[in-house]
Amino acid sequence: MCNKTTCDKNNAFQKSRRKVLKGLAAGVGALALPASNASASVWEAFFQKHFRELDKTELQQVLARLEREYSKEFGKDVTVKATPPIEGVKFGYGLDLSRCIGCRRCVYACVEENNQSREPQIQWIRVMQLEKEKGVFLDAAEHYYNPAEVPEKGKFYMPVQCQQCENPPCTKVCPVQATWKENDGIVVVDYNWCIGCRYCMAACPYGARHFNWNKGTLTKDEMNPTTHYLGNRPRPSGVVEKCTFCIQRTREQPGRYPACEEVCPVGARKFGNMLDPKSEIRYLIENKRVFIFKEDLNTQPKFFYFYAT
Amino acid sequence: MKTHLRRTLTFAICALALCATVVSAAQIEKFFDRQGNLVVQEKVEKYNRRADEGETFPVPPPPFSEDIFPCSDCHADMEPNPERREMVDMHDDIILDHAEGQRWCLDCHNLDDRDALRLVSGEVIPFTESYRLCGQCHGDKLRDWKVGIHGKRTGNWNGEKQYLLCAHCHNPHSPSFKPMKPMPPPVRPENLNRQGAPEATVHH
Repeated sequence: MCNKTTCDKNNAFQKSRRKVLKGLAAGVGALALPASNASASVWEAFFQKHFRELDKTELQQVLARLEREYSKEFGKDVTVKATPPIEGVKFGYGLDLSRCIGCRRCVYACVEENNQSREPQIQWIRVMQLEKEKGVFLDAAEHYYNPAEVPEKGKFYMPVQCQQCENPPCTKVCPVQATWKENDGIVVVDYNWCIGCRYCMAACPYGARHFNWNKGTLTKDEMNPTTHYLGNRPRPSGVVEKCTFCIQRTREQPGRYPACEEVCPVGARKFGNMLDPKSEIRYLIENKRVFIFKEDLNTQPKFFYFYAT
Repeated sequence: MKTHLRRTLTFAICALALCATVVSAAQIEKFFDRQGNLVVQEKVEKYNRRADEGETFPVPPPPFSEDIFPCSDCHADMEPNPERREMVDMHDDIILDHAEGQRWCLDCHNLDDRDALRLVSGEVIPFTESYRLCGQCHGDKLRDWKVGIHGKRTGNWNGEKQYLLCAHCHNPHSPSFKPMKPMPPPVRPENLNRQGAPEATVHH
């Protein structure tokens, strides 16, 4: 029991403590917000919804905002598409190990097409040099081979990129669902939603995911202005990126072949719709000796290495 | 006596057949049947059929050496010389490294129309169908090429595409694929953040 004066005193104290806590919370919250003088697009980006929760008009607004930003940054007309998967399409990729000569043309064609950072260097395709006598024995793999001419005697070459798993371990570990598998089988990342925790990089058994430690360098001339929201648009710092089977090319009607397929000088790379019985990818899966990489992990890649001869 | 008669008869038939061949070379064809007997007969229509009837293979222009095509620009005024010989005045830059002991120019190039190629069957084909010529020996590769496994397709995976001809990648006179210089290796992680490190800038 308290008398009137002490009760008033206590009340007054409690009220003021509540006020202080409220103020503190508001202040800390305000620190996390963009600066008050930030441009409108920063505010819009801050309050942007998850990509899959955007409705049509919101998506158009997001794409328009990004196009505006990129066009200004790179001084040319940049388009950002968000073309959805094509009905009845499941993409598959084939790579003929009996043909690949390890020339790395695919690596650099990919960098140019997909606007990877040049410095620090990010490459989505890694070519391993392996020994014919040992087969796909990764302890003997060499990534940094640089002879005057390839192929070298007794060696074979195995390019590795995202295997677009049907059962992808990388998407399961994402704490914010910023990466997922689309209906056409492509595993994508929403760069605006990724928090850069890099769990997915740890989960991927193929080393196919790459982190932007800072905003990478990409000059105006180098920048490919035809981009996709989930693909090759310029990445901010602190997000993870990966191969998307050139989503900006392949999801169109008609859809071009991926850049790596198009540049391969020996025709070792095959691409197509696995649900189309007449596609080359179906033919090779049905008729050639095919293996999938690290099959024992049950990731179920849609990237098939094969021997045509 | 009987054998003598038979021999004469056989000879007469052969001579007749030979005459017929000379008179109408286009309609008569000769081949060995499965028992090894020589068969001389009028050409059956089905053998004239294109090997890949109904299939179309859109190909880009064949990779001719600069200013060499059409061949008839030069050859039109020249007397065709079917004699097997070494080239001295022209085409001496072509070194045949492709079963060279067993063939020469006119086994693939057509004598009468130089702007075309010639199959063993005698069928004359344009350069855009040269895959049929190669497929005479490399049947397994042709089969794979037709379904898009051997060789390379460019264009659209779900639309118009082009099939590179054999000759776009393999020089027909020396077809083995030549080694090439690889593009630079990736930067090692320990060098990745050093701005301007030589390893980091080689690809420019």
